[in-house]
Amino acid sequence: MSARAPKKLVIYLMAMPDTPELAQAAVDAGADMIELGFPFSDPLADGPLIRRAGERSLAAGMRTGRCLEVLAATRALVGVPLIPMTYASLFDAYGWEQLEQDARSAGATSFIVPDLPSDVHPEFRRVQLAAPTSSDARLQLSAQESDGWLYLVTVTGTTGARSDLSSALPPLAARARAVTEQPLYAGFGISTPDQARAAANLTDGVVVGSRAVEAAEHGAAELAQLVSSLRSAIDEPALDSSTVA
Amino acid sequence: MSTLFGAYGGRYVPETLIPALDELTAAWSSLREDEGFRAELHDLLTNYAGRPTPLLRAERFAPDQRVYLKREDLLHTGAHKINNALGQAVIARRLGKQRIVAETGAGQHGVATATVCARFGLECIVYMGSEDMRRQAPNVERMRLLGAEVRPVEFGTRTLKEATSEAIRDWIANVDDTYYLIGSCVGPAPYPELVRELQRVIGREARAQVLAIEGRMPDAVLACVGGGSNAIGMFYDFIPDEDVRLIGVEAAGAASLGCGRGGVLHGARSSLLADEDGQIMDAHSISAGLDYPGVGPEHAYLRDTGRAQYVPCTDDEAVAAFHRLCRTEGIVPALESSHALARALDTDAELILVCLSGRGDKDLAEVLAR
Ligand SMILES: Cc1ncc(COP(=O)(O)O)c(C=O)c1O
Repeated sequence: MSARAPKKLVIYLMAMPDTPELAQAAVDAGADMIELGFPFSDPLADGPLIRRAGERSLAAGMRTGRCLEVLAATRALVGVPLIPMTYASLFDAYGWEQLEQDARSAGATSFIVPDLPSDVHPEFRRVQLAAPTSSDARLQLSAQESDGWLYLVTVTGTTGARSDLSSALPPLAARARAVTEQPLYAGFGISTPDQARAAANLTDGVVVGSRAVEAAEHGAAELAQLVSSLRSAIDEPALDSSTVA
Repeated sequence: MSTLFGAYGGRYVPETLIPALDELTAAWSSLREDEGFRAELHDLLTNYAGRPTPLLRAERFAPDQRVYLKREDLLHTGAHKINNALGQAVIARRLGKQRIVAETGAGQHGVATATVCARFGLECIVYMGSEDMRRQAPNVERMRLLGAEVRPVEFGTRTLKEATSEAIRDWIANVDDTYYLIGSCVGPAPYPELVRELQRVIGREARAQVLAIEGRMPDAVLACVGGGSNAIGMFYDFIPDEDVRLIGVEAAGAASLGCGRGGVLHGARSSLLADEDGQIMDAHSISAGLDYPGVGPEHAYLRDTGRAQYVPCTDDEAVAAFHRLCRTEGIVPALESSHALARALDTDAELILVCLSGRGDKDLAEVLAR
């Protein structure tokens, strides 16, 4: 194969008052895109780490209106795509169209709603998710409806670090490639540079969530360090992809 | 099968679960008409659970009215929950699932699930909030005795809401070999309809029994509403009888129908205790089985259409009705069911049916401590 297209690095941050500065640090260190969590009291798709970050965010008063302000403030600092990630209940309460509109005016590029399968609210443009359990027909539907790229959930499970890259990713990536031209980004369970490199070799980008939230809690410097280590890992192709567990 | 009850219901779940829900929907729509399945379930309900349950006149409890109690408290394991657990366990076996996860509040659904898993040789994991483990301790012991693993949930409200979230997270992680045996008519489609169909036997029997005894339809039918499964089971066959008032009784501190707003929780859109941003609020009730900020989507629909009405009952009123039934009839009711009993006494009607959804052995410590 000749020149390898650059892989995308997506960093998840939970909305907090200092998120704009953290996002800027992440972008300066090499993040191509920021997912911004709007916290929900009952986040079914999240493991303990992001759930607890959401609890802290809610305790800090990060309701939908404040999250939109954080989004706008982040947009003022960075030029990369910004993608709010939140649950259906927030949209239901605010109004689906209204929240979409207000978030886009505040700088949102698209959305991720993990408890909204691809056949529910199809009129609402968002990044769709596909899972190892998805049938080929479902994969195709998600890909076809997806806004910009398809989010491959690498594990059958919730968000959170795992010790190895999921063995479900290679077959999922292969099945997705067979049904769509959309870029594929892998997320859930990717935390280390080695995992990111291996996942990037199979896809067009990686999403790092729980590990980024953890680093961000220790401040911009630690987040920047994590992001640059992930950046260099995905920029240099592994010699062989057998590092996948 | 439609996924919606008006604007309520649906499947608000991660994409990971869609194949499992599709599989369950397909299995259920063929099994519900299947002679073998129906015969197996009928036999279990009769010989294992103890159906049909009696309809008993509570003369001393309600001397000024004709109040009849539908005695679900007499079932094996002590509550209506066994009707649902048996039906879903038979479905899980037909789907080839060997591992069952469930959530529980009062512990009655957990006990019913542990019981059917013991009977069928299935692995059983029950999630329960640590606050509920404290106040329903006898049921925790029963589940363990029956071979179930009880996993405490130590965050958030430490009650049914968080237990349900954790059960669903377990299901997401283990969906290949695990069946989620949900305890009420909540959750993503097809669960609300599936659970209703499995609980419908309560109202079907009660309707025939009251006709045989009284020769007429009741004026009102009451049931307590947590997630709403005993109520929907009790109400459903009376829905076409337009003159029969259907009254659901919610805990005053958990009135998701009386004080709720539209929102999405645990896979479905329904009426919830939520703030204006869609964040779910904490419920409060002395009764662990009613201490839940959500409710089955079909109840939200019945409320909106006006076919059923939903009224509150305070902790103190429920406890007073609990004592009254003990003293006047020699029956110890569950605190959940005591909510329906309390409202029966002030319902302006002559002939009333109340679903006595469970017995109160589990509640003795909580009541005696007051
Ligand atoms: C005896 C009894 N009644 C009622 C309930 C409430 O559930 P539902 O509203 O689904 O009937 C419970 C729940 O634990 C219960 O144990």
